[in-house]
Amino acid sequence: MSSTTLSAILFVAFVLFTLVLVFRAGRSNKQSSDFYDGGGGFSGFQNGLAIAGDYMSAASFLGIAGTIALFGYDGFLYSIGFLVAWLVALLLVAEPLRNSGRFTMGDVLAFRMRQRPVRGAAATSTLVVSIFYLMAQMVGAGALVSLLLGINDPSAKNWIIGGVGILMIVYVTVGGMKGTTYVQIVKAFLLMTGAILLTIMVLWQFGFNISDLLGAARDASGKGEAFLQPGLKFGKDIIDPLTMAIDPVKTLISKLDLISLGMALVLGTAGLPHILIRFYTVPTSKAARKSVNWAIGNIGAFYLMTIALGFGAAALVSRATLFRGFKVDANGCLMDAKGVAIANGDVACTPLADVGTLDAGAKALLVPVDPSGNVAAPQLAQFLGGGEGTTGGAIMLAVIGAIAFATILAVVAGLTLASSSSFAHDLYANVIKKGTASPAEEVRVAKISAVVIGGISIVLAIGAQGLNVAFLVAIAFAIAASGNLPAVLYSLFWKNFNTRGAVWSIYGGLFSAVILLVFSPNVSGAATSLIPFVEGGVRFDFFPLANPGIVSIPLGFFFGWLGTVTSSERNLAKYAELEVRSMTGAAIGKAVQH
Amino acid sequence: MSSKNEKVWSDTQASPEFQDLKRKFRGFAFPLTVAFLVWYFLYVILTAFAREWISTPVVGNINIAFILGLLQFATTFLIMWLYERHSSHSLDGPSDALRDKVDKELSK
Repeated sequence: MSSTTLSAILFVAFVLFTLVLVFRAGRSNKQSSDFYDGGGGFSGFQNGLAIAGDYMSAASFLGIAGTIALFGYDGFLYSIGFLVAWLVALLLVAEPLRNSGRFTMGDVLAFRMRQRPVRGAAATSTLVVSIFYLMAQMVGAGALVSLLLGINDPSAKNWIIGGVGILMIVYVTVGGMKGTTYVQIVKAFLLMTGAILLTIMVLWQFGFNISDLLGAARDASGKGEAFLQPGLKFGKDIIDPLTMAIDPVKTLISKLDLISLGMALVLGTAGLPHILIRFYTVPTSKAARKSVNWAIGNIGAFYLMTIALGFGAAALVSRATLFRGFKVDANGCLMDAKGVAIANGDVACTPLADVGTLDAGAKALLVPVDPSGNVAAPQLAQFLGGGEGTTGGAIMLAVIGAIAFATILAVVAGLTLASSSSFAHDLYANVIKKGTASPAEEVRVAKISAVVIGGISIVLAIGAQGLNVAFLVAIAFAIAASGNLPAVLYSLFWKNFNTRGAVWSIYGGLFSAVILLVFSPNVSGAATSLIPFVEGGVRFDFFPLANPGIVSIPLGFFFGWLGTVTSSERNLAKYAELEVRSMTGAAIGKAVQH
Repeated sequence: MSSKNEKVWSDTQASPEFQDLKRKFRGFAFPLTVAFLVWYFLYVILTAFAREWISTPVVGNINIAFILGLLQFATTFLIMWLYERHSSHSLDGPSDALRDKVDKELSK
């Protein structure tokens, strides 16, 4: 049996199993509010696993392992940022949020504000963050299909993206929060099991000696000591092509970009709406705290394992395999970025099969077919199972491939739930209906909006297949850190914060991040941009950083402060209620009287 | 009804028990947040600007950059443990007592 067939069987088994869970959960949903909070009765341990499931997206599992496999140490920076970020959620956000909100991020932001403007802003940023994140996952799903199942036919990819979209709509509309939580728990369990299995197999190869593993990865990387040091991907030293000296300005910009990325990673997590609403699925703030503890334990262990997965792939899987081959010209000769055949000693043309015989200088000129490294983890699994063409290799590839699919599916369901909840509860019930909608009506709207949002993201993901997954995730984190986090923190801890402050901080942070991204090298001016730069072509990359956080996050805080101090609105009575509720959990889950 | 509730909230907020709870929470969580953010950005800035030093090997192929990265993991787990201990020892009790008191007064 081929790994493709096996992979498909395992994936179908996962889908069927989770569908059973979701339908059972859907039947047990009694009140309409169960759609949003799953009845609020999950334990800290269950929710901790579910948070880990919601958080460890395909970008984490495939992206970080791939980045480490190709760029060495720099990939590890993602792991650290994504983990440390949880301390913001633990120390400042999880417990007060659980105590003072019910269903959405907007509940807390609008607690003591005028409802319509603040909920409108909260729903807007929830939808923007979630849709970027959704697109990243679904583009990733499409890419993974072609890589693992060997399907390169574009229409088949579109069918897969459509299938993923329809499945998640079923998960969310039938199971609501409870069903989605079960899916996350199963997925987190599978992902941890797969990662532990791979890690043990990698370490076993090196006698459980990390130093030997790193040494082997360095030797196989062809990059020497630099592979174990920061600087191959982020904060590079930029050499001026004319003088061959380090260009100080460009180098500084590149290093600031690294710091900016670090800011978005560490401050973005506690502003991700699909993570925030998970705190509502537990009954008390104590359980919310415990769930973050469990999540940190799981996520931390997982990101530690990315060291073994990434460096293991670098050490054990050949570069040619990681890159899915190198580009060749029409004559089948390996070529450089300009399309010129790479010579091998006296031989002018080097066929792909002889890539191993090239010297280091020639190897540096090779152009990878797939420079993302997104399939490093599945390829590592194949190698550890016995290699290509063996039964063991096929089984391992299939298992890890199916886990990666499950990962994507679960995150997509969590995101759809967050955005449809916010649409129904913030936008429909409070902005459009001004609080007169019945709970049943609200949930009906939430289910309809899940279908609509699912449909929109299917269409967007099909259109966005050329986009880089990491870029889309970075946008989501940067917007969450700039637009959501300042408003959440001010709401919980600043007495004078008011409607104008909330609205300005959300829109100010959101638009700063989006505008800077539009004028960044992500969109134009570089060979890797959305609009690839050609000599004499259009460019509008006025902002030199690829990561906007270093500017847009302070702007989000600044606009929140400015809006607050320029408006005379103060609601100290409601702040007293918010503060007491958030610290004690009094009147928990009861609607706020406006 | 509503104004009676408002009084419960504002009276509780002004009570010494609540102010004490708030001080115990903020006095722990805020400095710790500043500390871990400073420590994290110190690490990021070192990886950006102190490449030579951070690349110094320590044990075998493990260099300072790896050690610092692993220390970030270690401090994250440590802070989690410290906060859990602080919460369960000093915050949960007073917070639950206040919650019961407030809920009783609200239902009067």
